[in-house]
Amino acid sequence: MLPSAWLAKLRFLDLPDGNSSPEMYRLVRTRIIVLMLLITVVPLTAMALINSHQYQDILKEEIVNPLLVLVNKTKHSIELFLAERLSTVSFICSAYTFEQLADEENLRRIFRVMKQEFGGFVDLGLIDENGLQVSYVGPYDLKGRNYSEQPWFHEMQIHGTYVSDVFMGFRRFPHIVMAVQHRGDREKAWTLRATIDTHKIDEMIAMMRLDAKTDGFLANRGGVIQTATKNYGGVLDKFALPLPPYSSEAAVIETSDQHGREILLAYTYFLHSPYVLMVAKPRGEVFRSWYTLKTEILYVFVACVAIILLVVFKLTGLLVERMQESEEKREAALKEIEHSHKLSSIGRLAAGVAHEINNPMAIINEKAGLMRDLIELGEKFDNREKFLGLTDAIIASVERCRSITHRLLGFARRMESQIELLDVNEILRETIGFLEKEALYRNIDVRLQLGDGLPAISSDRGQLQQVFLNLLSNSFAAVEDGGAVTVTSWDADADTLGIAIEDNGCGMSEETLKCFFEPFFTTKKRGHGTGLGLFISYGIIKRLGGRIDARSKEGQGTTMSVYLPKKSKAVKAG
Amino acid sequence: MEQIRVLIVDDEEEFASALAERMNLRGIHTEVSCRGEEALSRIDAHPPDVVLLDLMMPGLGGMEIMKRIRAKHPGIAIIFQTGHSIPDILGMEPASGLCDYLIKPAGIDEIIAKVRLCVRPRNNTS
Repeated sequence: MLPSAWLAKLRFLDLPDGNSSPEMYRLVRTRIIVLMLLITVVPLTAMALINSHQYQDILKEEIVNPLLVLVNKTKHSIELFLAERLSTVSFICSAYTFEQLADEENLRRIFRVMKQEFGGFVDLGLIDENGLQVSYVGPYDLKGRNYSEQPWFHEMQIHGTYVSDVFMGFRRFPHIVMAVQHRGDREKAWTLRATIDTHKIDEMIAMMRLDAKTDGFLANRGGVIQTATKNYGGVLDKFALPLPPYSSEAAVIETSDQHGREILLAYTYFLHSPYVLMVAKPRGEVFRSWYTLKTEILYVFVACVAIILLVVFKLTGLLVERMQESEEKREAALKEIEHSHKLSSIGRLAAGVAHEINNPMAIINEKAGLMRDLIELGEKFDNREKFLGLTDAIIASVERCRSITHRLLGFARRMESQIELLDVNEILRETIGFLEKEALYRNIDVRLQLGDGLPAISSDRGQLQQVFLNLLSNSFAAVEDGGAVTVTSWDADADTLGIAIEDNGCGMSEETLKCFFEPFFTTKKRGHGTGLGLFISYGIIKRLGGRIDARSKEGQGTTMSVYLPKKSKAVKAG
Repeated sequence: MEQIRVLIVDDEEEFASALAERMNLRGIHTEVSCRGEEALSRIDAHPPDVVLLDLMMPGLGGMEIMKRIRAKHPGIAIIFQTGHSIPDILGMEPASGLCDYLIKPAGIDEIIAKVRLCVRPRNNTS
């Protein structure tokens, strides 16, 4: 879960309060990436961890359970083997009398049958109530030996039977001793004692078919090893580890042995004999398949994370880029709106001023007119001619003001396209009229080469005037005093009229030509040009469905060409 | 030919009086009214042939006055005069019987020419 502080910060992703610096986009990018990685990689990692633990548990169970079954089975086999031998001794003890067994011939015959039917018996001896071995059959000379002081003899006196730990006989061979006491009602208690070798037990452990690194063996409850081991010493060596807690059912513990190896120790205690069956399996063996699986899971995980990283980075990059693009577009659009808004404000202001000036102008006009009327109609007087001249001058000045204010009003009107049928030549002449004074002062040669019989085109008078005025002003600014400006118009093709304004002025470099139509680009001194003239002209001509070209050579002059459609294709002005 | 009668309605008294005097000098009988209400009552009393009407006036505006004249005296020709650019309002005018317009300041010859032009059709039809 995300802390609330983080959530609060996330609102930053909503973007942007006008502040769209590159740092902000970097910040947004980083945030999106971090967030996306968090919500993908964290659950993925958690899932991988949980899964791996579950797999591990399942695998362990699958390997440990058969092991436990095997240990139990083997224990039962060994117990059965020992019980059988003990029963055999017990049976003989009950079936024969002391006297019969004391006869060594008899004893030898019985011993032979035992070896034949059951196997594993090494010797057989009869001991009287005083612990003296009365008769004996076997490889050793033990007849006449007294056992009355031995601990097993005393234990047997208590329990009636006895099974010994493994011990090495004279032939360096592990043995187990079994003794059963005969307790008759009137007779004295005597004992039949047999020795069996552990070869059979070794075989049973071998039957478990444990792998090469796994050890199976018996130990007694004192921790002394009873059968041969691979890693924990020989018979009668002390087992290096403490014995596991008592359990008559098979159980397993995890521990490490004296070599430092991690092992699984499966074990079970015998019920009727003092043994513990143990199987020590190295952990590495148990979990070999698990390690393979774990590596595979790791590979998959790493691959997933790599793909997620790639996708997240690419996607976020693309997203933020798009965001930035649209933001920039929006800003550009805003600027354009602001700009046209500014222009229309200027238009309204100009119209307002023109209107305010027109009223007093009208008064001056009428008053001066009235003066003139009165002088003309009245009697002759001194300076009459001069007064007439003066009033004429006033009326002429009013006429000049009128042309200025009407042009301002026209500018205001130009904010909207008004398509009408127009004679381009007439507009050109009119526009050049605005600049006649300047041409006169600066001795600029304005040549008109207007085509005859050009068709009338449908277009917007005010806007065309504005464009031509702008182009002519630029030409006038480019030429030296005494230079030449040529205005040409011609029938370009079936649908188009061409107008060219050519000057022999300073011209432009390639660089300047490149940003010629860009807004706010100007070569004029600061405060002398807004850099908007050509930009606006370009926009107007485009709206009217035409196009505008510039050709120029530095030092040789510039030619601006405007191509206008004869039929209106004007796009509605915004 | 009957003398043409013109009424100038304009809140700029100096302008209106001077113009009226000049038109009188040129043989057009011209009167001046500086307020809309007064102009209307005067038109009711002595209907002129042509009204030179200022568009922007305090009180009753030019448009309102025009509507009332049209309602009562459909035969009177109306010429708008304004310091503003006219074409904006021109678009809606044809039906309301506007004759012509003048942008201030206009030359006396232009004014008289337009007045005569507006009156002639009416004379012809009557």
